[in-house]
Amino acid sequence: MDASLEVSGLAYAYPDGTQALFGVTTSIARGERVALLGPNGAGKTTLVLHLNGILHGGAGTVRVGGMPVDPSDKKALKEIRRRVGVVFQDPDDQLFMPTVKEDVAFGPANLGLRGRELDERVAEALERVGMAAFADRAPQHLSFGQRRRVAVATVLAMRPEILVLDEPSSNLDPASRRELAEILLSLDVTVLMVTHDLPYAAQLCPRSLILSDGIIAADGPTLDLLSDAELMAAHRLELPFGFVPQALSGA
Amino acid sequence: MGAGHAHSLYLRRDSPVHALPPHCKIVATVGFVLAVAVTPRHEVWAFALYAVLLAAVAAVARIPAGTIARRMVIEVPFVAFALFLPFVARGPEVEVLGLALSVDGLWGAFTILAKGTLGVVASILLAATTEPRTLLLGVERLGLPPLLTQIATFMFRYLDVVADELRRMRVARASRGFEARDLRDAKVLARSLASLFLRCYERGERVHLAMLSRGYDGRMPVLAEAGASRGQWAASALLPAAAAVVAAAAWMVAFRLG
Repeated sequence: MDASLEVSGLAYAYPDGTQALFGVTTSIARGERVALLGPNGAGKTTLVLHLNGILHGGAGTVRVGGMPVDPSDKKALKEIRRRVGVVFQDPDDQLFMPTVKEDVAFGPANLGLRGRELDERVAEALERVGMAAFADRAPQHLSFGQRRRVAVATVLAMRPEILVLDEPSSNLDPASRRELAEILLSLDVTVLMVTHDLPYAAQLCPRSLILSDGIIAADGPTLDLLSDAELMAAHRLELPFGFVPQALSGA
Repeated sequence: MGAGHAHSLYLRRDSPVHALPPHCKIVATVGFVLAVAVTPRHEVWAFALYAVLLAAVAAVARIPAGTIARRMVIEVPFVAFALFLPFVARGPEVEVLGLALSVDGLWGAFTILAKGTLGVVASILLAATTEPRTLLLGVERLGLPPLLTQIATFMFRYLDVVADELRRMRVARASRGFEARDLRDAKVLARSLASLFLRCYERGERVHLAMLSRGYDGRMPVLAEAGASRGQWAASALLPAAAAVVAAAAWMVAFRLG
């Protein structure tokens, strides 16, 4: 078993009739770091919410580490939610407990961990994002970048099969952005990163998917996709001023 | 963003009072307030003794008198009401500086002032020595349904976030030249409140999603389970026990004289 994530023929329409996904098929191997690119309204968030079974009911299947996502099987769903660690865009949504420590403990405690084992898991996750010194602080007293790092720790503590990040670089100042990149590169875990930040995708993810109008419009090495001006323009993707992907691929 | 005011009532100190478990302190505070409440009002010395007891607790907890005095401002509306009583109450009157004041009203005013102040100071001490979130753990341990404490915990967590959102909306209104002048501007403010409500509602949904994604199944995991030792209960009982003795003594004196 070497695929962390297999999505096949996934289609979904919201209850109001809006069709968001039109048959998405892709596979991510264990240890890969993949960027999911696409304009606003392409269905990126909808896809992410299928990965851990929060949205369901359309056609197609999702398998995580070989295990099918089946929302009717409560026990299996719990295991799926352990395997898929979703880091949401706004850390204030993700960090809802009174202290950093309790928040990081929330996931593993729901998995049934208690006592010393739980403490070790929390300490380890905070260590990996460099936030161990802030364990007893309240989330609202941290900087935005620190909160985002704690948000990453909250899902690392569940030892996920795949880390799913929704716009990880949004609202970060350049230093926090670089710090987060260093942390993500240091993690030995499969990553799916949803982003508009194309240089960030180029820096962190060797492979990219372009999701456009509810289908996978392109799949390939990130720098190749970013260098394809026609493809980029067709899907409303634009590189920031002065960023030349060809210069990176040459290096 | 950043430092909020939610913690401002709590004063971080390294004192025996701070170290006591929250539920012990809550029981002690309620016990003390009850003893004060049942004390006969004519025994003025009893209230003086209660004040001494609270002063002793404040000294042990190393809470400065100035801080307590400043926070007692919250009591002002009640004080105003108490000052009003001697003028409106009926019954025998006494002459003070040329004003006819009701004796009953004067005693009523004194009771409200004394009992109210003692209760307020006791609560101030509780809040200053106990972190808000451990206070919530305390009431939960005392049997308040977990659902209620969960709601309060979330309220505590998101108070700053919502206050911040409200502040940003106010700045955005002001930046476009809006200034609330009279009642006609209430419409604008009402709309702001409505959109704040919607934002909070949406945030609630996103938080719920984030909780589900980490395996939430309707129950909060119990993380800290630190009960209180007998010694801690005994230490917390000192204040209400002393207050109970004072109250009992006051009643005995009142009966013998009356």
